[in-house]
Amino acid sequence: MSLKIAVLIKQVPDTRNVGKDAMKEDGTINRAALPAIFNPEDLNALEMALHIKDIIPDSQVIVLTMGPARATEILKEALYRGADRGILISDKYFAGSDTLATSYALSLAVKKLGKIDLVFAGRQAIDGDTAQVGPQIAEKLNMPQITYAEKVVEISIQHIVIQRRIERGTETVKVSLPCLITVHSSAPLCRFKNAKRVLKFKKITTAEEHTSNNNSSIEVWNAAFLEANMDYLGLSGSPTKVKKIENVVFSKKENVSIAPTQPEVDLLFKELIDSHIL
Amino acid sequence: MNNFYTDNDPLKSHLSHPLMSRIVELKERNYSNHDIFEEAPTDFEDAIDNYDQILEIVGEIAAEVLAVNAEEVDKTGPTIIDNEIHYAAGTQKAHEAFRDASLYGMSLPRQYGGLNFPYTPYVMAAEIVSRGDASFANIWGLQDCAETILEFATEELKNEFLPKINQGYTCSMDLTEPDAGSDLQSVNLKATFDEAANCWRLNGVKRFITNGDADIKLVLARSEEGTTDARGLSYFVYDRKHKAITIRRIENKLGIKGSPTAELVFNNAPAQMVGNRRLGLIKYVMSLMNGARLGVAAQAVGISEAAVREAELYAGQRKQFAKTINHFPQVYEMLAMMRAKTEASRALLYETTRFVDIYKSLLYISQERDLSSEEKVEMKKFQRDADVFTPLLKLFATEYCNQNAYDAMQIHGGSGYMKDYPVERLYRDARITNIYEGTSQLQVVAAIRGIGSGLFLDKIKEYEAQPIAPELETLKQKLIGMTSLFEEVIKTVSVFGTSSEEYDFHARRMVEMAGYIIMGYLLMVDATRVPHFQKSSALFIAHGETECNKIVSFIHQFKSEDLLNYRVV
Repeated sequence: MSLKIAVLIKQVPDTRNVGKDAMKEDGTINRAALPAIFNPEDLNALEMALHIKDIIPDSQVIVLTMGPARATEILKEALYRGADRGILISDKYFAGSDTLATSYALSLAVKKLGKIDLVFAGRQAIDGDTAQVGPQIAEKLNMPQITYAEKVVEISIQHIVIQRRIERGTETVKVSLPCLITVHSSAPLCRFKNAKRVLKFKKITTAEEHTSNNNSSIEVWNAAFLEANMDYLGLSGSPTKVKKIENVVFSKKENVSIAPTQPEVDLLFKELIDSHIL
Repeated sequence: MNNFYTDNDPLKSHLSHPLMSRIVELKERNYSNHDIFEEAPTDFEDAIDNYDQILEIVGEIAAEVLAVNAEEVDKTGPTIIDNEIHYAAGTQKAHEAFRDASLYGMSLPRQYGGLNFPYTPYVMAAEIVSRGDASFANIWGLQDCAETILEFATEELKNEFLPKINQGYTCSMDLTEPDAGSDLQSVNLKATFDEAANCWRLNGVKRFITNGDADIKLVLARSEEGTTDARGLSYFVYDRKHKAITIRRIENKLGIKGSPTAELVFNNAPAQMVGNRRLGLIKYVMSLMNGARLGVAAQAVGISEAAVREAELYAGQRKQFAKTINHFPQVYEMLAMMRAKTEASRALLYETTRFVDIYKSLLYISQERDLSSEEKVEMKKFQRDADVFTPLLKLFATEYCNQNAYDAMQIHGGSGYMKDYPVERLYRDARITNIYEGTSQLQVVAAIRGIGSGLFLDKIKEYEAQPIAPELETLKQKLIGMTSLFEEVIKTVSVFGTSSEEYDFHARRMVEMAGYIIMGYLLMVDATRVPHFQKSSALFIAHGETECNKIVSFIHQFKSEDLLNYRVV
């Protein structure tokens, strides 16, 4: 009894610790000034996949990322943390992809893996915050999807029960496999890197070979290997056009002082609720 | 993500010390292990990169698990349920994180599931762990009990116990008894051989046992009936699976509350002897204690680092009289001296681990093949150095740790006395370091041999001959001046005779002088390589010079009859 699990991950600029030079003058992200990291919710997704592998030990966890050669860093990191196999989807034809073109390429890659039981992804990446890629892939793969997952309640080879985070609480849903799950940051944090796995995989290199179970190298899959329709890739496959980017600077408009008394505090709370802050 | 390794360049700089290339070459047998173990490094750079990447994992767990849970662990502590010790939730979480990351058995050879780390990077890990939560260092750090199994046990015992360490089986060293603390010769726990079961049986009480309910216990017991001294004691290993120990209680301690300190009753507990009869205390426990002293020194430096950082943080935020308090001379002097003492004790810590590294590797190599005559000389030299540096290190690192925690609390003022800030816990955790694994007073007794044999002086002359950056020349002259004072003091005190009461009375003063000079040199030599240490060198050497002058002044006006005023009548 085993499951074949794909985890879609992304290397992103670390927008959580932004300095003055984080944005370029044209309003786009200055990637050179920000360290490249493993997208945080993708780590939650990887943990959920590894957790299932802990329960069903013969399962295989395959991590896939689309990006430039440098993105192998996060594939290696995923191997250090417990993934079995890493695949880099990389080609100049993928450059400039919006969420539609990205989900097209990634869905082809998942299909290439053959029969798959579970596809995990982070809810969203911290560079674009769209949360669209996961759901779009589910559509293209014709799979049911669960978004905002935070806990695996039950798992078998037929179905999975997931607790998902919703606005004012949680919801528990059961779905049959195969399915796609996007994972929320309230899910358990990813396990740490394992020292022995670091020693085992630190010298791993990328290779253009396409073997089915390869943990001596990170495979590189290009557009030709995915048998992609070139019209759906990169800029030409991306209908999203950015019309305008605005820098929003919050500024203080007025000061209100309240006395530390019960009625005053009640008034404050009422106001905060009325203005939808609470 | 916070990381207690990557945020600490001064610590990291010890990985690039020049002696490291010799250390790694010996530990990795000239990089010949790669053929047998794929993960073994192929060259020096590869090995250092391994240590660096693995210490980064340690740093992450220390910051994200240990430090985050330290307050809760301190508050709840371990409990006994059905004769089993249960760690506090945070402790258990940390234990599992380190186990799952393969960070137990770091220094064990690969054939036993270890990472084959030299002492230096392993002790760096111990320092990082202690900075996160000093109490956890007493659970994780006891993995170095495995060292005595590796060194002295039979192949059969090694194969039985050593692979378990990497799987997260914890250890304890069961030495102390109600009537045998500093004086371990009085150990009374009884070991009798059971012919029928072909094993030893242990009966009696052990007290103050750190990580008392460990999976693997190393026990000092009296195997020779009718004896009363060290020569009747042997060394045993006990497996928790036998369930032949009653946990009487967990001590309610001042600090390191996450670490369970237990009183145990051995009820006919089956055990196996490690090494030879009668050598328990004389050989094996001495070796065990030397390792444990390094561990406590690392723990102390880790607490120092945490204390300095808490103090710097607070002093940089707390405003009084319209400015942050780190701008007041009395406060910034304390901060700078805390930093200097931390870096001085760290310099001594890793100098000592480097000595231990070289002699221990050569010792193990000597079991595989004959050493060349140069290697024999090298082993002897480093072993001698390690033997006197270990107590000197334990003395200074733990006393400084207490001073730093004290000053850190002082800088926090009234807030620091409350449980609201971590410094209150650090202050309590620090207090044990200069007590257990041999009090400071016992470290003096061990280190004084370095004065009598002239070894400290020889080492000082060795350091004096090392090249330094030209801008440090003034500091070097100070150290040379301190050295002549040191020689003068030894001469003055030696007049009373080296086995006199006067000599013992001044022992600590002489050992401390050696410490000030040696740490001064170490910081200065490091400052030549890493400019960051220039500030600490200048501060520490000025401080050391003042302390040496005080000692000289005290000893010069001392007369034998003064002892009458001190002595207990």
